[in-house]
Amino acid sequence: MIRDITLGQYYQADSVIHKLDPRVKLVATIGFIISLFVVDSWVGYVVAALFLACMIKLSKVPFGYMVKGMRAIVFILLITVVFNLFLTPGEPLVTFWKLTITKEGLRIAVMMAVRLSFLIVGSSLMTLTTTPNSLTDGMEKLMGPLKYVKVPVHEVAMMMSIALRFIPILLEETDKIMKAQIARGADFESGNLIKKAKAMVPLLVPLFISAFRRANDLAMAMEARCYRGGEHRTKMKPLRYCGADRAAYGILLLYFVGCVAIRVWL
Amino acid sequence: MGIIKTDKLTFEYIRRDEEGNVEGITRAVDEVDLDIRQGDFIAILGHNGSGKSTLAKHINAILYPTEGSVWVDGMDTQDESHLWDIRQEAGMVFQNPDNQIIGQVVEEDVGFGPENMGVPTKEIWERVEESLKAVGMYEYRKYSPNKLSGGQKQRVSIAGVIAMHPKCIILDEPTAMLDPNGRKEVIRAVRALNDVEGITVVLITHYMEEIIHADMVFVMDQGHIAMEGTPREIFSRVEELQELRLDVPQVTLLAHELRKKGVNLPEGILTIEEFTEAVFAFTGRR
Repeated sequence: MIRDITLGQYYQADSVIHKLDPRVKLVATIGFIISLFVVDSWVGYVVAALFLACMIKLSKVPFGYMVKGMRAIVFILLITVVFNLFLTPGEPLVTFWKLTITKEGLRIAVMMAVRLSFLIVGSSLMTLTTTPNSLTDGMEKLMGPLKYVKVPVHEVAMMMSIALRFIPILLEETDKIMKAQIARGADFESGNLIKKAKAMVPLLVPLFISAFRRANDLAMAMEARCYRGGEHRTKMKPLRYCGADRAAYGILLLYFVGCVAIRVWL
Repeated sequence: MGIIKTDKLTFEYIRRDEEGNVEGITRAVDEVDLDIRQGDFIAILGHNGSGKSTLAKHINAILYPTEGSVWVDGMDTQDESHLWDIRQEAGMVFQNPDNQIIGQVVEEDVGFGPENMGVPTKEIWERVEESLKAVGMYEYRKYSPNKLSGGQKQRVSIAGVIAMHPKCIILDEPTAMLDPNGRKEVIRAVRALNDVEGITVVLITHYMEEIIHADMVFVMDQGHIAMEGTPREIFSRVEELQELRLDVPQVTLLAHELRKKGVNLPEGILTIEEFTEAVFAFTGRR
């Protein structure tokens, strides 16, 4: 049950987008998000939609699969829309009871909905097409310059990838502890929220102890294999830009300039 | 002087209370002298708490002796300038396969050691390939370690150590958490490394069957070396082994019991084949 949780939800496919350097995808996602807040006209959104549609098509990730992932945020989207719809002052359009829908409210509500859903589809496209592993690699490389202001970039990236490696192991362990406790009469299912949360305490304690023990073992194993931080370290899979990555940066730049142009001249 | 040499190696665990006062001292390893030749297959045997794991951690410079010294390939483990050379030359495989795999893909994990040593990228790939092939895990190079069985994970760990091109490998109960099949897989891989690549192997275990092929066996008890000799010599001392709470292989035990009852079988029978041969020789027919 608990093991079904997939983190990073990578979708395996053989596409141009999958093969891009993770740095390109990170930059592109950030760029795309910024562009959504740069444009404020319908033309701009059409351009953004077209851009996004092309990327989804290129990524070979089925659209249905993506929408499924959006279910979780429908609620947030709805709240935003409702609040914007009713609470924006301006020229009244429809009035029933005490609620008024204004022209401005309608416009902002739709715009926010479009923005938010594009934002989520755009960033999930990144996690769907990039393995958590290469994502960490990309981040480490992008953040590289921060090393000069004493940010432990390599260490943070190493921690992230170890955390990712241990998620399934710890989930399995949680499952085991849960079953062992259920077998001895523990009850995780019934009761209200507070009762359920209390039932989790005896689960968390052994889990934490075991996690610390594992951390201790792993640290020893890493030291035994000559790990001594990021210095003097070479990479088995170094990130290198190739033609496709440069082309992708070009396209991204074109799109971004286009968005700015639309904002300025339309 | 051999590849690994210890001189009166002693290690004490010191327990302290909250103020830092010494509560008690446990001598985990007590004046152990070892001299291991390059290319040997050494087994260290002992029940829980006999000090065998503590001894192993000294060879990789994870622990430092309280008294005495340890040399790996002529380098003193207490000399900090050689620390990384020692860890490269004496690779270590631990008990729990899950807690020593760092990479999220098999090949990345095997590459971890060479990456730390600063080996150029191209050579890392060569090393990863050859070491995965040496343990028979090359087909699994793209797998996630979580999808492998215990025996396979342990073989990946061994590959990760070989990729660092060590002169010797210390395996600290590598099979303790595996099922019988996984145990066989791992021991087969370790023997192949010793036979084919000539890597010195120090195998720490409490399974008797695993030490049959060793060149030399050390039995530890309460931090001392209680017995030492070839497997045949060790197994011919059944009573002593039982006193040290170690299980003798069933064939050896059977032969021993038969001898006591007056059946004339040779001492130190290790395998079923030897036993049947000896029985046929005794009865004079087959």
